[in-house]
Amino acid sequence: MAYSVPRPKLTLSEKVYLPAVVAGLLITIKHFFDILLGKKKITMQYPEEKWDGDLPPHYRGAPTLVKDEHGRERCVACQLCEFICPPRAITIVPGEIPEESRWRKVEKYPESFEIDMIRCIYCGLCEEVCPEQAIFLRKDYAITGLSRAEMVHDKQKLYELGGVMTGLVYKWNEKK
Amino acid sequence: MTDLLVMICVSLVKTVGLLFLVTLPMVSYTVYAERRVSAMIQDRVGPNRVGIPLTLFGFKRDIPFFGLAQPIADAVKLLLKEDFTPAHVNKLYYWLAPALAMAPSVIAVAVIPFGSQIWGEPMVIANVDVGILWVFAVSSLGVYGIVLAGWSSNSKYPFMGCIRSSSQMISYELSLALSVVPIFLICRTLNLPNIVKYQIDHGWLISPIWLKGISFQHGIDFPALTASVFSAAAFWRFLLWIPLFISFVVFTISMFAETNRLPFDLPEAETELVGGYHTEYSSMKFALFFLGEYSAMIVGCSVIVTLFFGGWHVPLLLPSTMENPYSVWGVIVGLLHIVAFFLKVALLLFLFIWVRWTLPRFRYDQLMHLGWYFFFEIALANILVVAVILAFMPK
Repeated sequence: MAYSVPRPKLTLSEKVYLPAVVAGLLITIKHFFDILLGKKKITMQYPEEKWDGDLPPHYRGAPTLVKDEHGRERCVACQLCEFICPPRAITIVPGEIPEESRWRKVEKYPESFEIDMIRCIYCGLCEEVCPEQAIFLRKDYAITGLSRAEMVHDKQKLYELGGVMTGLVYKWNEKK
Repeated sequence: MTDLLVMICVSLVKTVGLLFLVTLPMVSYTVYAERRVSAMIQDRVGPNRVGIPLTLFGFKRDIPFFGLAQPIADAVKLLLKEDFTPAHVNKLYYWLAPALAMAPSVIAVAVIPFGSQIWGEPMVIANVDVGILWVFAVSSLGVYGIVLAGWSSNSKYPFMGCIRSSSQMISYELSLALSVVPIFLICRTLNLPNIVKYQIDHGWLISPIWLKGISFQHGIDFPALTASVFSAAAFWRFLLWIPLFISFVVFTISMFAETNRLPFDLPEAETELVGGYHTEYSSMKFALFFLGEYSAMIVGCSVIVTLFFGGWHVPLLLPSTMENPYSVWGVIVGLLHIVAFFLKVALLLFLFIWVRWTLPRFRYDQLMHLGWYFFFEIALANILVVAVILAFMPK
C-alpha cells in the first residue's frame, strides 16, 4: 500500500533557513578560532611530538629478547614462541651448550633467533608462552627499514632492543 | 601611432600583472586557505609541512613555513601526472572543455577596477561602460565548459553533473542580474569605476550610515558628523540601504550558485556524483577546472567588493585622490589601494570557504525552488522598492 512519509510542519524561521544558517556559521567559526588560537589542541604533530612518555604499561610494541642482570641470555631455545606465533614470524635455530660448559644443565641456547617484523602482528603470544620470560614486548613501535632484509630482527638487534630484565628466571635455578 | 603602442603596452602590463602576479597566485593560495580553514573548522590541522625543502640539499631539517609551499607542490604534481584521455570520450570537446571553463572567469577580470591609479594610469584593464554586463555575460559562459565536459565525457556521472549545472545556471542567473539593478538605479551607471567613485562620494552601499567630517588633516568636523547621522539625507540613505542589503544577500547567495560553491555545488557533488563533470579528467585538464572554479570565485568576490564594499576605497586611512599621482607617495598610495582591494576580496573569499564548510548541500528541487520562488521574486520586488524610494527621494 502506498505510504506517504509524514513531513514535519516547519515554523517560519525554519522555512527561511537563515537563522539555522547563522547558527551553523557561528558554530564553525568557533571551532576555527579555537584551533587557530590554540585554545584547543587535538592533533599531535607526530615526528616532533610523540606519545612515548604516555604509553600505557600494557602497551604491546616490538617483541624483543632480554638478558638477566648478569648478562646471561634467558632464552633456552625451547621454540614454544616459534610454534605459537600466529603469523610464523619467529625462526629459531637451537644450538647445544657444550659438555664442559658451566651451564651445561641449561642444555640449549638459540644459535640464531630471528623475528620478521613485517610478519609480526604484535599479539604478545610469544611473551605469554615463554617459560623462561626471555621474550618481552617492549614499547618500540616505529620499526622501519628500507628493505625486507632490514625488517628481520636478528639476535643482536633483539637484545639491543630488549636490554636487561631483572626478576624471576627459572633456568639458572639450581633446584630446578 | 606611438600613443596606440603605449596604450597597448600599458594594457598588456596591467593584464599580465593582474593575471599572473595577482589572480593566479591568489587562486592557488585560496586552495591552500580552503584546505587550512576547512581543517581548522573540523578541528584538524591541514597541510602545514611543505615549506623550503632543505633536506633535498643535504641539510638536516626542512623549514615547514606553515605549509605555504603546498600550492607549488600541488601544481608540480598536477603537471607531472599522466594526462589521460579515455577512449570513449568525444576528443574535441573533451579537450576544449577545460579551457572553456577556465577562460571566462579570467576574461571577466578585465573590467574590474582593482586599484585607483598608479602613475596616473587607472587600475582597470578595460574601462568600459557596459562594465557589469560584461561580467555577467562572460562569466555565464563558464557553464559551457562544464556542460561540454559533462557531455563529452560520455559517462553518466559527469553527464548528470552537467545537466545540474545548466539548470542551476538558469535558475540563478536571473536573480543574480536582477539583484544588482537597484545599484544601477542609484548610481545611474553600469561602469564599475564610476560605481566605485559614487561610493567614495556617498559612502559604501553596504553601510547603513556613512559618517562624514572625519579626516586626519582637518580633525573631526562635528556639525558634518552629526548631519551625516541625523538628517533627512541620512534618513533617505538608510531607507535605501534596506533594499540594498537585501540585494547584497541575494547577489551573494546567487554568486555561491554561480561559482558552484557549497551549498549549491550540485554539478560537482563529490558524494553523489564522484566529482561530477570533471570525473573523467586528470592532470592539468583537471587543474584547469579547478583554476576556473577558484578564479570564478575571485572574480565573484571582486564584483561584490566593487559593487557593495567600495572597491579599493579605504575610508579615513587612505586618501582616495592624490594631488600629485606622479610622486613617490602617490605611487605608494596607489599600491596600497590595490592591496586594500585584494584584502577585501580575501575576506569575502574567507566567507565563501566558511560557508562551504558549514552548510550541507541543497537538494536539487530545493535549489530550483529557492531560485525561482524566492530570489527571483525578491530581486524583482527589490527593484520596485528602490525605484519608488528614488522617485520620492528629494534631490
